[in-house]
Amino acid sequence: MTNFLEVRDLSKRFGDFTALGNVSLDVTEGEFVCFLGPSGCGKTTLLRAIAGLDPQTSGTIRQKGRDVSALPPAQRDFGIVFQSYALFPNLTVTENVGYGLVSRRQNRAEIKARVTELLALVGLPDSGAKHPAQLSGGQQQRVALARALATSPGLLLLDEPLSALDARVRVRLRHEIKALQRRLGVTTIMVTHDQEEALTMADRIVVMNHGAIEQVGSPQEIYRRPATAFVADFVGSMNFLGGTLLAADKVKVGDLTFTCPAQDGLAPGLKMQLCIRPEDVRVRDLPADVQNRVPVEVGDLDFVGAFCRATLKVRSAPGVLLTADFSSNLIRDLDVRLGSHLDVALPPDRLRVFAA
Amino acid sequence: MSLAVPALRINLSRDDLIMRAGVVAFVGVLLLIVGLPLWALLAKGFEDRNGNYVGVANYISYFSTPALFNSALNSFHVAAVCTAIVVPLSFLYAYALTRAVLPGRWLFQGISLIPIFAPSLLPGLALVYLFGNQGFFKGLMGGSIYGFDGIVIAQVFYCFPHATMIMVTALATADARLYEAADALGASKIRVFFTVTLPGAKYGLISAALVVFTLVITDFGIAKVIGGNFNVLATDVYKQVIGQQNFSMGAVVGMVLLAPAALAFIVDRLVQRKQVALLTARAVPLIPKPKFGRDLFFTLFCTLVSAGILAILGMAIWGSLIKYWPYNLSLTLANYDFANFDANGWESYFNSLRMALGAAIAGTALMFVGAWLNEKTRGFGAVRSIVQLLAFLPMAVPGIVLGLGYIFFFNAPNNPLNFLYATMAILVINTVAHFYTVGHLTATTALKQIDPEFESVSASLKVPIWKTFFRVTVPICLPAVLDIAIYLFVNAMTTVSSVIFLYAPDTKLASVAAVNIEEAGTTAAAAALCVVIVITSAAVKALHLLADRFLFARLQAWRKR
Repeated sequence: MTNFLEVRDLSKRFGDFTALGNVSLDVTEGEFVCFLGPSGCGKTTLLRAIAGLDPQTSGTIRQKGRDVSALPPAQRDFGIVFQSYALFPNLTVTENVGYGLVSRRQNRAEIKARVTELLALVGLPDSGAKHPAQLSGGQQQRVALARALATSPGLLLLDEPLSALDARVRVRLRHEIKALQRRLGVTTIMVTHDQEEALTMADRIVVMNHGAIEQVGSPQEIYRRPATAFVADFVGSMNFLGGTLLAADKVKVGDLTFTCPAQDGLAPGLKMQLCIRPEDVRVRDLPADVQNRVPVEVGDLDFVGAFCRATLKVRSAPGVLLTADFSSNLIRDLDVRLGSHLDVALPPDRLRVFAA
Repeated sequence: MSLAVPALRINLSRDDLIMRAGVVAFVGVLLLIVGLPLWALLAKGFEDRNGNYVGVANYISYFSTPALFNSALNSFHVAAVCTAIVVPLSFLYAYALTRAVLPGRWLFQGISLIPIFAPSLLPGLALVYLFGNQGFFKGLMGGSIYGFDGIVIAQVFYCFPHATMIMVTALATADARLYEAADALGASKIRVFFTVTLPGAKYGLISAALVVFTLVITDFGIAKVIGGNFNVLATDVYKQVIGQQNFSMGAVVGMVLLAPAALAFIVDRLVQRKQVALLTARAVPLIPKPKFGRDLFFTLFCTLVSAGILAILGMAIWGSLIKYWPYNLSLTLANYDFANFDANGWESYFNSLRMALGAAIAGTALMFVGAWLNEKTRGFGAVRSIVQLLAFLPMAVPGIVLGLGYIFFFNAPNNPLNFLYATMAILVINTVAHFYTVGHLTATTALKQIDPEFESVSASLKVPIWKTFFRVTVPICLPAVLDIAIYLFVNAMTTVSSVIFLYAPDTKLASVAAVNIEEAGTTAAAAALCVVIVITSAAVKALHLLADRFLFARLQAWRKR
């Protein structure tokens, strides 16, 4: 497969501040890519550089083989949806959606047919005569999407398109946008700070921090095999246990020794972070010879609906805490309550280790 | 080690080129109508009567001539006293409007604005009727109304609405939650006033003080009518230029007058920059609850102040309708037959209308398009900051100084633009330049309030930026555009100072004619002309409010949910 978009060594500096430092990235045709990261990580800067709205300081961008690095936005091929939607408030929905078509000198009937088609596509077939202020936030979002798609751009850019909406609408629109993108096959880049959004919608996630890319991968890869401590911490919940590397596959935390995936090329004695997700902590049916057994006392139980998040005190290492997700069944079956003593196990294949 | 990567040069789109060309053209226009006339004025101060360069000789002679230098002291004295009176007065009035429950609040607010619609001549004329040599209450005055006292009273009337508007804005933006917190903590009313109310209005107070000071020091009409032998800077400029034909000395006095106005303006900008950081978007507006004692006090206070304003306006109207003051008090419309007092008759009024309409249309277009070019051009920072500077300059320049600069610049025989001299066009251009800053600020504020991504969206849809300007930006900013037009119209109707040097016999304006008629000694006809101006500008403003309420509410239904 050829690369639809090639970003090479892109940097953006504001005076002494580096908003983007030598970022390189490839996007294949038809892909849905999410830029994920905390605010100020450079994800929006990268998106706006790709659009040509805030050009990079150095580096190149090629789209479909064409070098667009120095082109103004109007000479690039993209549609964009902003967090604010930027719908023209004095124009009707029809006029908004048709805004880019009118200047292309298409005839009226063609424009009308295209607008009708687009409004049907985003599920607003009867709202053409309304003004944006008469629509709900979710409906405005769809109009903005229809307007961005009207000119059939090769690249769709979405800048935090869902963050101004309330939780329920957001979840519904996630699916709709993803379904629409699949149907049209338009290459899409979405910027978001919401990891759940990125995990559910993206084919590939680009995790960014401090103007650099931390990891690029499928949602499963990002979640299961975070490449850096930052990604491990930022995406999902994660336990971090400080320890020391004893051997390639052994880390000592307090007076407990854990078996973990082998770390090649690291010298014993290094300070390490041992990581495990709360849902990966095992409690039930531990075999007698289970690896990484930890005797704990239940310190806290936070009810979060479908399950409880337990804070476990490691009994042999005062001050070391472990969080684990316990289902309601498990709590009932094992009669878990505050102060209960339990044995848990940290499966070695679920452990991630990072140099501290 | 990082390799030096050559910085990327971004190709300019057609939009970028159009916008940049527009900004450059706009800088040229501002230079022509503001920058170069002021430069001409500055240069003139270093020349003798024959145009030879004489260095600072004129300045030395200015500061060593007591008669001239005294005017500067007088100007400062009057300005300081007026500021000391107007600021507390307008603070109390604005406090009443925003923090008390007043019966007929909108009426009090409306009355406080009346002086804006009058030429500054009007309060002077009214005082002549009331306390002048043949005035009703002449006995009440210890000495003559002509001079310091008269100027102060008339200035208080003239400056009051400007200070009150600023104070109302400052007091209206209070956060109710601060008061709730102070109440909950058991603070006394006095303590709340000094720890919450006053600090909140601090910047408003400073701003109002600077505005009043500048208005007084730069005003020409009042000192002209009621100043008597009490000379101030603004009248000195006029006397030097019109009376003695000493243009160089006029330029020097103008520069002396420019200094305090410019200083006040710079201080105000610095203060306002701080205020922006003080306001929070999440403030909860304060809605006063009825409280008998306080409301009674403020109702009486506002009634008194309003009565004063109406008395001065009423006196001018009444005076304009009287046959022969003070001997024959029967009513007549004869004073409105201006042909008997001034060669131009009613024509000067129609000139004013034409000029005001021209300034409103041309000025609004220039201000809005200019502000738009400056806001929406990508990059080009250095040139855009020149625009910013040139657009702010007029605020710091007294009208009479700008007018003088226009003589020197446009009347210069080697200026290809000198065909404009003594035409209606130069009056329009001068008025637009004189009132440029407020219109530019209004337009810029309105443009900053609309979504900055509209232009990004247009670019992504390959729609030219000017198309979006006409289809989206202008319709959205229509209320601001109208505000600018009305502001220009009203000021063009009432202004005297900057146009007094620039009219020709056939382009004389009503406000200038009023000065001439008054100079000739016919107070009643001058008052009549002022009344016509007040009625016209107030009517236009009323029409604007009505149109806003009924017509545009329907045309712009999209603004509502």
